Amino acid sequence: MAKVFRRTLLAGAALTSVGLGGAARAQDKTVKIGAVYPLSGNSASTGNYAKMAMEMAADLVNNGNPELGKIFPLAKGGGLSGLGGAKVQIIVADNQGTPAAGQNQSLRLSTEEKVVAMIGAFQSGITMTASAVAEKYGIPFLNAESSAATLTERGFKWFFRTTPVSTDFAKAYSVFLKEQIAAGQKAGSIALVHENTEYGNSTASAIADQFGKDGLKVTMNVSYSANSTDVQPQVLELKEKNPDVVIFISYTSDAILYSKTMKELNWKPAIMIADDGGFNDPAFVKAMGSVTEGLISRSVFAEGKPGSIPFICDALYKKKTGGDGLDDVSGRALQGIFTLLDAINRAGSTDPGKIRDALRATDTPPDQLVAGYSGVKFDATGQNILASTLVMQLRNSQYVSIWPASRATDKLILPYKGW
Amino acid sequence: MSMTLVQVVVSGLLLGAVYALFSSGLSLIWGMMNVVNFAHGDFVMLGMYAAVMVWTALGGGPWASAPIAAFLIGTLGIASYFLLVRHIMRGPMLAQILGTFGLALFLRYGALFAFGANFKTLPDNLVGHSFVLGSIRFEGARVLAGVVGVVVTLSMHFMLTRTMLGSRMLAVSEDATAAQLMGIRPQRMQALAWAIAGAATGIAGALIAMFFYTSPTVGETLSIIAFVTVALGGFGSVLGALVAGLLIGVIESLSAYLIGPVYKDVIVYSVFVLVLWFRPQGLMGKT
Repeated sequence: MAKVFRRTLLAGAALTSVGLGGAARAQDKTVKIGAVYPLSGNSASTGNYAKMAMEMAADLVNNGNPELGKIFPLAKGGGLSGLGGAKVQIIVADNQGTPAAGQNQSLRLSTEEKVVAMIGAFQSGITMTASAVAEKYGIPFLNAESSAATLTERGFKWFFRTTPVSTDFAKAYSVFLKEQIAAGQKAGSIALVHENTEYGNSTASAIADQFGKDGLKVTMNVSYSANSTDVQPQVLELKEKNPDVVIFISYTSDAILYSKTMKELNWKPAIMIADDGGFNDPAFVKAMGSVTEGLISRSVFAEGKPGSIPFICDALYKKKTGGDGLDDVSGRALQGIFTLLDAINRAGSTDPGKIRDALRATDTPPDQLVAGYSGVKFDATGQNILASTLVMQLRNSQYVSIWPASRATDKLILPYKGW
Repeated sequence: MSMTLVQVVVSGLLLGAVYALFSSGLSLIWGMMNVVNFAHGDFVMLGMYAAVMVWTALGGGPWASAPIAAFLIGTLGIASYFLLVRHIMRGPMLAQILGTFGLALFLRYGALFAFGANFKTLPDNLVGHSFVLGSIRFEGARVLAGVVGVVVTLSMHFMLTRTMLGSRMLAVSEDATAAQLMGIRPQRMQALAWAIAGAATGIAGALIAMFFYTSPTVGETLSIIAFVTVALGGFGSVLGALVAGLLIGVIESLSAYLIGPVYKDVIVYSVFVLVLWFRPQGLMGKT
């Protein structure tokens, strides 16, 4: 009762504060886009990095950047050229880390703010509810970072997703591990440790399915409730069964606890893989990088060659955040909002139907992307069929790209060192 | 019994002592004034930030940060009492709930504003490294928090039951008017209770920060446990909070290890409901 009560109050408080901020008078030539991200709650740090990516994208379109403008038409400045120089206004709403708040906020954005399109909402479970509202009101919803496969299996007409999904990641891990086995690495027993919301469950089952098909042995499957106060029993169970490979699917708070507890109880596997999530949060890398040396994770973002779009964007983002560069989540968020803005620009209209048609017609080559995808092109379900991922390794508190070989900047080092 | 199982029980006991440590302050306030402090988890959170600040600014470990946090959160307790609680206590129960609730939101979002949303952690060598005793591993920071947890709850219990000050406090909680007639100043006693509760909570926060992450919302994660611990132990019984904390810690660890981590909350809350079914006043609460 108290908890429910508290949630309601929280929702009310957040609604008021966000409402006041977003109430700026609409100008004639403004394109309003709604962004739903976790600005409070346990994923607030991730959400705030995404928010900064949104602000940076709007700033690039409205005010331009001479260096980036040369190779990236959206960043020429002067607003959206397809709409006669209309300025972009992004209204960021707080999903508070709960599906209910995400739903409320996207309802408010659709009905009160009258946004022409939406982007969000980081956590798969929240993207689920927030996008259902957009679907109902016929507003395009672009998801840039939720990897639960089920999201594009709902037959939605207004839902688009730029990020690769859990099945793509599962395939990547499988190929990666088989290459390591071929190279003589031991990987006979694999443990999956995952949080039990949409993200953790769907990713774990996608990995288990793919590994089963490919003959990799998943010997342990540990499901836990996110935001635990304690993970010692799980780590002790891992220590007892001692699998060769552990794959963690966790948000930031649990990622920190697992890393700390593994050091406390002095246990590490030969290969430790994190399915992105909390392990790629800059706050995690800063806090725990020194005890997770050699951790393997996926990321779609690598800064690339000087002068390239990701390289310049990374530098601009560092300026904005005061030092933190683009990472997997902020990189995907930035890619998502760029794709959405590009579609609105091509649509030449703020009519949701025309924006949807433009999204469907999207076909962006890799050299026009911030994220390391092979391109952006949506299928009938709204999934980007050219989405792909890189495998990274943590070295001195920084992720470097190690796989696939064609896009690697560094060589893989095994076994996992930890601390 | 396998060594892993022993390790699980030991971890559970240490965890439970920590639960008791951060619940004792809540229990004291509850027992003394019948006020439910919804901001309790956020007091813990601020204690944790105090430890983070002491380390980043002065490089100090728990020996420096625990007293500083005790002082700061104790002061916050007194301020909360005089500026808020004293007034809302005159209102209906709902006013008390909303009042401390408002305080919780104020502290949480104040922390979000002041410290940012990022997770902070302290280096794990501030307390000393972990040690092995008969193949059971002990983590320095957890042992320290557990031992302090037991010491703090026991001394709070003795203060309430064996000292003049404790008798005065209990007299005020039984009947403030009668206590006043006996020459006890109720407001002074209640302010003192908030100060002691705040100080204990500050110490709890400072010690938990040594092995947990610190973020503005961490109080929310911890406060549910605190409420369950206090309700299970018996409203107002500090000793009950210690017993309940240990019990919850061990049940949680054992069920997570033997049945599966995703079920541990179900088991803990089932035990909780069962105990309250037969003993609504909690394990050590007065009828």
